[in-house]
Amino acid sequence: MMRLTTMNTALKKCFTISAAFRGPWTLLKKELLRFWRVAFQTVASPVITALLYLLIFSHVLEGHVQVYPGVPYTAFLIPGLIMMSVLQNAFANSSSSLIQSKVMGNIVFVLLTPLTHLQFFLAFLLAAIIRGLVVGVFIYLGAMWFVDLEMVHPSLIFAFAFLGSALLGTFGIIAGIWADRFDQMAAFQNFIIMPLSFLSGVFYSIHSLPPIWQKVSQLNPFFYMIDGFRYGFFGKGDVCPLISLAIVGGSFLVLAWITLKMLKSGYKLRA
Amino acid sequence: MITPSSKPAIKINNVYKNFGSLQALNGVDLTIEQGEFFALLGPNGAGKSTLISILAGLLKPSAGDISVMGFDVVNQYQQARQLLGVVPQELVFDPFFNVREMLRFQAGYFGRGPENDIWVDEILEGLGLADKAHTNMRKLSGGMKRRALIAQALAHKPPVIVLDEPTAGVDVELRQMLWEFIKKLNRDGHTIILTTHYLEEAEALCNRVGMMKQGNIVALDSTANLLNKFAGKNLRLTLGDVTLPLSIQPLMRHHDRGEFTFALNDMAQIEFVLAALRTDNIKVIDMQLNEADLEDVFLSLVGKKL
Repeated sequence: MMRLTTMNTALKKCFTISAAFRGPWTLLKKELLRFWRVAFQTVASPVITALLYLLIFSHVLEGHVQVYPGVPYTAFLIPGLIMMSVLQNAFANSSSSLIQSKVMGNIVFVLLTPLTHLQFFLAFLLAAIIRGLVVGVFIYLGAMWFVDLEMVHPSLIFAFAFLGSALLGTFGIIAGIWADRFDQMAAFQNFIIMPLSFLSGVFYSIHSLPPIWQKVSQLNPFFYMIDGFRYGFFGKGDVCPLISLAIVGGSFLVLAWITLKMLKSGYKLRA
Repeated sequence: MITPSSKPAIKINNVYKNFGSLQALNGVDLTIEQGEFFALLGPNGAGKSTLISILAGLLKPSAGDISVMGFDVVNQYQQARQLLGVVPQELVFDPFFNVREMLRFQAGYFGRGPENDIWVDEILEGLGLADKAHTNMRKLSGGMKRRALIAQALAHKPPVIVLDEPTAGVDVELRQMLWEFIKKLNRDGHTIILTTHYLEEAEALCNRVGMMKQGNIVALDSTANLLNKFAGKNLRLTLGDVTLPLSIQPLMRHHDRGEFTFALNDMAQIEFVLAALRTDNIKVIDMQLNEADLEDVFLSLVGKKL
């Protein structure tokens, strides 16, 4: 009888904890369903785009360019393309969800709830990370048709994919809160995310650039995410992966702090 | 889930709100007790929606405080929002989901799980949405979207419900259905706060009325008391484009496009008005005699129609 009561109490405790987490869990579930309902646009489309890049660049440049000794150009290209897509889609998930909700006015359904700013942040962040990783996994599976790619340091691959998508997911939340119109969001996408991702060493090693552009590339946080992620596959990179990891992790913490400040103050959400 | 507590459902204490140089709320004080059916009336720009937005946590007050059943909406916002269900005025919806999914999400944000499904079914039934439960929000008609919006505010079974213009642009059938459902909620102990442009609704449903003008509460009393204060008859005369004799101008309550409304304390004043018009050769095109209603009270206090 005593044991039954203890078990009952333990079960009740578990239930209480799960009820406390139900709010942010529901928001996360809604955000995941939101992108999954339009998976053609949010998953299939970036996967096909990345595989087309791979098809064209590997066809044109395979045999003409060798970045690392013993690594075919197609193999070199794949991690860069995966990471670029992971980052772009993590950004797109949180930013597009927020701007759509703001423009359509349905953000009010979340703002009226007792969710804290931290819970709001974590739900949008995790949804962005998951979308980024899902896109990345599908591109990896598709790329297997082109070349057999080994993973030298799987933990580094996961760490960079996770932290990179967290960084861009957070940046997407900032953009989504700040932007009031779709064209402002497009400016973020076209003038910040696209140039930084294309000029980050996805298609080349920065050692092939003139010294001045190597220095410029080192100011681009995308470069460290791509290079670190690629290091996980080949055990070779342009900079030490631990330095890259520290830069990516540090950047994430700074952006997360800014985002939490914005959410706590109600910036552009609660006047 | 209605929490027993002796605290007022809503307590608004000296609330100010500025938007730059615009003073939207000017020291509003208002207490709404639990179980009331309260109407907040006022013309556009009076500050009703601003007050509701502060109550709901969508805006921050410039000064003053508001509490919901004793919980401050800024410092104890989690507890306050658990107790509050707000139906926004704008017809907003999430196009990715169907009605039932939206209600489950909304209840989930408040920590409610599958045990809440019985209540969700009750709301769907009560608002005539049961056969649309699996229809995507995008595919609903305007009236149905409005019902779904109301259902969302009720999904976590809040003891205090705020309806900001819930019947704006909806048909008579929905209005009847909605009011029956809301009256039932009120009978079950829920506090209802309503803003509406339909004064006959406020008069029929609410036991207390607050009237706002330029960010201030200008009248606050029971509906019966307000009507008693302004008791009397309304004489509506269609006279066309004329200038009224000076002697009857003090009796005029309102005039709009040739129709003049006079507030009369006794029936003898009818002859007094008609005699003055005859003296000035003003012809009466049409005449109506009515009891004063909430609209007349509103006109007297606010000076314009709602």
